[in-house]
Amino acid sequence: MQAEETILEELKPTRLPGKEMALSITHLYKSFGDNHVLIDFNLQLNRGENVAVLGKSGSGKSVLIKCIIGLLKPDKGSINILGRDIEDLSLRELDEVRTRVGFLFQSNALYDSMTVRENLEFPLRRHWIKLTTAERNEKVTEVLKNVGLVHTIDMLPAELSGGMRKRIALARTLILEPEIILYDEPTTGLDPITGKEISNLIMELGEKYNTSAIIISHDINCIHRTADRIVMLIDGKCYADGTYDALKNNNDIKVKQFFE
Amino acid sequence: MVLPNTWQRFLDETGGMSRFTGRFFSQAFKPRYEFSEFIRQCFIIGYKSLPLVGLTGFIMGLVLTMQLRPSMISYGAESQLPAMVGIAIVREIGPVITALIFAGKIGSSIGAELGSMKVTEQIDAMEVSGTNPFKYLVVTRVMAATFMLPVLVILGDAISLYGSYIGVNIRGVTSFDLFFKQVFDALSFDDFFPAFIKTYFFGFAVGIVGCYKGFNSNKGTEGVGRSANSSVVVSSLLIFIIDLLAVQIIDLFGLN
Repeated sequence: MQAEETILEELKPTRLPGKEMALSITHLYKSFGDNHVLIDFNLQLNRGENVAVLGKSGSGKSVLIKCIIGLLKPDKGSINILGRDIEDLSLRELDEVRTRVGFLFQSNALYDSMTVRENLEFPLRRHWIKLTTAERNEKVTEVLKNVGLVHTIDMLPAELSGGMRKRIALARTLILEPEIILYDEPTTGLDPITGKEISNLIMELGEKYNTSAIIISHDINCIHRTADRIVMLIDGKCYADGTYDALKNNNDIKVKQFFE
Repeated sequence: MVLPNTWQRFLDETGGMSRFTGRFFSQAFKPRYEFSEFIRQCFIIGYKSLPLVGLTGFIMGLVLTMQLRPSMISYGAESQLPAMVGIAIVREIGPVITALIFAGKIGSSIGAELGSMKVTEQIDAMEVSGTNPFKYLVVTRVMAATFMLPVLVILGDAISLYGSYIGVNIRGVTSFDLFFKQVFDALSFDDFFPAFIKTYFFGFAVGIVGCYKGFNSNKGTEGVGRSANSSVVVSSLLIFIIDLLAVQIIDLFGLN
């Protein structure tokens, strides 16, 4: 326990004082029966910052991200997104917060029965209902241009490759111009070249749309490219927190194994 | 006391479905109303089922007439054939057979569609994008199934009676006007109305079971197949149970 605390202390990043907080998680607990997935987990994300959560498969990374967006209810602890504690929100207020937070699913979660255009229009039709058809088309074309897939506009998700589906999912995440984006394993299941392209795209679009991001991954290359800071989730806790270089040069055995 | 596993599963399932139905009623009448999705579902569930319902209705009317003819002749009641087939189709065979066909087509498709949406996180994606998936996916489908099945039953009955008219004319000669005059003379409002009302319950059962099974699907693609399959089995069984209850209620009110 002492050793873990020391590591945390050593690697604590020097945050810019006064920088506005986008998301804050304090003392978060989540269990499934006897399986304690998150134990007193803490995390802070500043505006414009990309934080990667690194951990082994089954370590609770996806549980964490689902707690953040309200798909799972934490047992204890608080999650504050853009200045609002999500446990205090009504369903309507939660939906409102969700429109300001994008979520890129590991499986992409594109709607199979809809074309790419309909997939992208879906959030617009739900939330930006005052847009005219021309404005909606313009918005759809703009995000498709950003991910380089304008030609797929009338295709179905089943007709696209894995990398293309990921790009379309990213475009759908961006279409409502969220302030925070949660990426759940953005490069899993992709070949290294496509994975690299997606990582670069995450960086480019993050800068263009001025988003903050939490990137859940165990792909160290993706994390190296995209994250300003890395939080290591081990045994349900925030085991270490620091920049890529700081963690890479750390001698702790649990930290080291991710960089070998 | 520990219940056997089968009973425990049965009670779990019944409890789950009851809660799901309760959730449907608590959400169906609260805004925001998903009217355009409801209309789209009516088109998919109603209009696109019409060819299948029409074809099976036509065959059912024709076959029923041809099967009944020898018996009716042996009783010297051949002239009563249109009336008998008309009553049988309108009161019982039309609603139940159409509902079973509907359960096979719509129940399985709702179960499989929502099941695959569930296992590929599309339902979660809808929720995180600020859309209530229960209202958007479940309420619209259950409503559409409830309101479309009675329409399909009326159309199916009409096509079935036309099939019967063809059946009568295969071995005999009866004019279109005479056939339908005999059918409508034999039918009263009491024959049509209870049979029509029960089809709303049939449609509701198919919709709610399909949505429940799909919405609670798990274990990947295997779970999707199981959802589709059990949607059909459970909703077909419910159709017979509702039919049994309906006949008792009709009898109680003296509408027989």
